[in-house]
Amino acid sequence: MRKILLSSIILLVGITFIGRLSYLQIFSFSPNQILEDPAIKAVYDYPERGYIYDRNGKLLVANQPAYDVMVIPREVKPLDTLEFCKLLGIDKERFVSQLKKARVYSPRLPSVLVPQLSKEDYGRLQEKMRRFEGFYIQKRSLRYYDTNSGANVLGYISEVNEWDLERNPSYAAGELKGTTGIEKEYETILRGRKGVKYIQKDRFNRDIGPYKSGTLDTLPEQGKQITVTIDKILQEYGEKLMIGKHGGIVALEPASGEILALISGPTYDPALLVGRERSKNYSKLHYDTISKPTFDRSILASQSPGSPFKTINALVALQEGAITPETTFHCYNGFYVGKRKRGCHCGGGTRNLNSGIYLSCNAYFAGAFRKIYDQFPTSAEGMDVWEKHVKSFGLGTFLGYDLPTGRPGRIPNKEYYNRIYGDNRWSSSTIISNSIGQGEVEVTPIQLANMTAAIANRGHYFTPHVLKKIGADDISIPEFTEAKHTTIDRKYFEPVVQGMAEVYKKGTAARLQIEGIEIAGKTGTVENFTRINGVRTQLTDNSVFVAFAPVDNPKIAIAVYIENGYFGSRYAGHIASLMIEKYLKGEITRVDLEKRMLEKTLEDEYAKPYSGQPFKINERVW
Amino acid sequence: MSVSGKSVLKRLDWFSVLIYISLVFIGWINIYSSTFTDDNPSIFNFASLHGKQLFFIGTSAVAIVIILALEANFYERFSSLFYIISTALLLGLFVFGKTIAGATSWYDLGFFNLQPSEFAKVATALALAKYLSDIQTDIKRQKDQIIAILILLIPAFLIIPQPDPGSALVFFALIFVIFREGLPLYYLGIGFMVILIFILTLMFGTIWVSIILGLLLALFLLLKKPSFKVPIIPVGLIYVAIVLFSLSVNFVFNSVFEQRHRDRFSLWLRLEKDPKKLEEIRRDIGYNTYQSEKAIESGGKYGKGFLEGTRTKGDFVPEQHTDYIFSTVGEEWGFVGTASVVILFTTLLLRLVYLAERQKNDFSRMYGYGVISILFVHYFINIGMVIGVLPTIGIPLPFFSYGGSGLLFFTALLFIFLKLDANRLNELT
Repeated sequence: MRKILLSSIILLVGITFIGRLSYLQIFSFSPNQILEDPAIKAVYDYPERGYIYDRNGKLLVANQPAYDVMVIPREVKPLDTLEFCKLLGIDKERFVSQLKKARVYSPRLPSVLVPQLSKEDYGRLQEKMRRFEGFYIQKRSLRYYDTNSGANVLGYISEVNEWDLERNPSYAAGELKGTTGIEKEYETILRGRKGVKYIQKDRFNRDIGPYKSGTLDTLPEQGKQITVTIDKILQEYGEKLMIGKHGGIVALEPASGEILALISGPTYDPALLVGRERSKNYSKLHYDTISKPTFDRSILASQSPGSPFKTINALVALQEGAITPETTFHCYNGFYVGKRKRGCHCGGGTRNLNSGIYLSCNAYFAGAFRKIYDQFPTSAEGMDVWEKHVKSFGLGTFLGYDLPTGRPGRIPNKEYYNRIYGDNRWSSSTIISNSIGQGEVEVTPIQLANMTAAIANRGHYFTPHVLKKIGADDISIPEFTEAKHTTIDRKYFEPVVQGMAEVYKKGTAARLQIEGIEIAGKTGTVENFTRINGVRTQLTDNSVFVAFAPVDNPKIAIAVYIENGYFGSRYAGHIASLMIEKYLKGEITRVDLEKRMLEKTLEDEYAKPYSGQPFKINERVW
Repeated sequence: MSVSGKSVLKRLDWFSVLIYISLVFIGWINIYSSTFTDDNPSIFNFASLHGKQLFFIGTSAVAIVIILALEANFYERFSSLFYIISTALLLGLFVFGKTIAGATSWYDLGFFNLQPSEFAKVATALALAKYLSDIQTDIKRQKDQIIAILILLIPAFLIIPQPDPGSALVFFALIFVIFREGLPLYYLGIGFMVILIFILTLMFGTIWVSIILGLLLALFLLLKKPSFKVPIIPVGLIYVAIVLFSLSVNFVFNSVFEQRHRDRFSLWLRLEKDPKKLEEIRRDIGYNTYQSEKAIESGGKYGKGFLEGTRTKGDFVPEQHTDYIFSTVGEEWGFVGTASVVILFTTLLLRLVYLAERQKNDFSRMYGYGVISILFVHYFINIGMVIGVLPTIGIPLPFFSYGGSGLLFFTALLFIFLKLDANRLNELT
């Protein structure tokens, strides 16, 4: 016992040590050493963010230098505070509190004292900076916008937050990343790759040379420039027309699915979200809950489509053999659902497909809709077929365009109605509102535009997208370059297109004809409701318009959705007509029409529900 | 005596010598790395610390030659004298001592700072062996037990006020020698129990300690052979004593200890349950240990390579070339390196136990045990501290840490024993 006591202890200690060492060096060892090591500092070299150009090569977004005044608290020597504050353009209290904040953060590490000086301030300060020890100016790169439009589609960049840092180790605190729009969608392309230099530090955080003689260091990789499908002129023009109106405009090139303009009103100048006033401006925009400028109505506002949806119902009815172009329905200034009469504005009379479309007859489409369902033993089976056709136009889905937000809208199906009314306790009459684009169907403006493009192409569409080129190369993304076919045969489109062309000739938009351009379109006047103090209240109808032009070989398909704009031919129709002319002709010939659209606003209309007073709707203002 | 120089080399335990050389070499490599800077890469620069250490290694080699050349019984004969000299030197520190880093532990010899506590370790090991091997000493006698223990305690108590509690602790380790020679083992048992109950009380509280102990006792009473009579009253008294001791631990810990002591225990035994606070304590008082643990951890399986330890280069671990030299091994050579060093030490110590046990001469055996005890306690406390299983106690790693006195006297300690071992056959005459 005495002889082996010490030996046993020696062995035991040896085993304990090896156990502990294996715990430390094998089990606790984290392979991500280089970034966690306090002895190694990674210094990043940021490449310039890629520029963004419009479809015609016009500059949209570039970069501008900004200058942060930095401070290393430990190195600050007594100074003439008053003079320094005057140079920086801040008051003394702010200076003292910022300095204190920096000291609390770290006396050794640099902190931002005054962010993002203007070029002029920088110029003034630069030469005098040497006199103030512990302060220096650091150059940063901010976004510069060569347009005051397109904030919703271009998006903005902002500092990465904790969540990003946890999810994506390639970001470091304080870096900028695309937060919305194109900036977010094409972040990796625009951003490039930062270069890194590893520097060996001692425990006082002093540099003592490159780590591993710099063999692990990398050079920055420039961000690529991208060309987007947006037409700068059209986008800017559309936004100008939208002043004082709430809603969205989406213009597509039917032959490619390229988004020519993506306009949301009201919007804001993208430059507001750059620079020193950024957070102030952001809160102002973010907390404007009435006009919601940061809410991109062109892709997020999911609302009833109204009459433009009739074209789809017509196509489904033709495809299913429920009607022929010659089939007629009689309009009694409305139609009957059981004993209840539903109204119609077309003037009454016997309608065929052509006049049904150009006069937007509700009775005609209610009849056609019923006939689709009547062909099937049960409403549910009819619903399945109807749903399949409607969805083939990209409605009720996210569409798959390359912007980071969206809404699927709603194309109801049999499960939806079974849930509301009970299994099979509904019929085509129950859901008749869908025949005229009211009821349960909901679409976003971009879906409406895409639907129009599919009609313009007579049966297929290309997924809408904003990316045109990366660097100098045209995109070759099959998702965007391959046509998606609807389930409607090509031959059924022509009569519908004819009807839509008549809309401009003798129909609801006859006054909006552009000389020399044959347009096909469809108006929509959409009943809509809101809740005021819990009471369901009807508001002035939404004004909707879809159109494409020229009728043969279409170059543009457009959807305009103006909230509470009353008749489809009024705001939406005017705007669509002007946009088409601007895009196809490059100039506006109908100056009066343009002037009216630029001047008229709907602010009074939007103020009504918030006034607290009873109000009239659908007033005939002009 | 008929021992020629040739036969000493022949009978020398080369296995131990080889391990010794390995440890000194590995130690120097790591000192070089931890004091290395890019603008001072020369190995033979005697102004640099690694250069000085090289000089100390040379000095030690000379010392080895002298030690082996001297007659074996020289050490036994003069052991009392050495002890008296070392005691005088320790006393002298109170008057002539030089203070380095807050401890008055050195004599300034101009070219060299002599640390007499290192010398005292050798002297005390020799003196203890001499006393115990004396024909008149009977370790079963209480008077002789007390004298033996006093031989350890005198230098220990002279060193504590320097202050250098770490070195003082080393002398207590010599108690192993006395155990080997017959001090009743229950002394060790009681000591061990006291430490165990102290730790258990801190970790689990008095209530749990008394309950568990009571349950163990009950279990024992149930399972014992019926024929075995348990002396109920003494056992009961011991149980009560343990519970009282456990209670007093709480009192001492909360009322007598200062916060910094409490923090050390909180850190060591992970008493602080809030991980944030624990991390705070760790960064604060446990800074050295924290840094050395992190440095070792960052080495991984195979280490970052020689001269590639980033934390070593950045001087993140304080005292890295002295007490924390093992963390350099951990960072640059990884688990392979640290495990090798632990295995080398374990092998050396076991080898020395084997050598001690084969001595025919009582003095040689006892001195051998003294050497093992001293080396073991250094190795145990130092590595235990560096890898964070023991609280911080400043004590060098034998043969490894930078320092002239240390290396010289560890070498002397070992080689005096190897000389005695080489001479063991001659003792028969």
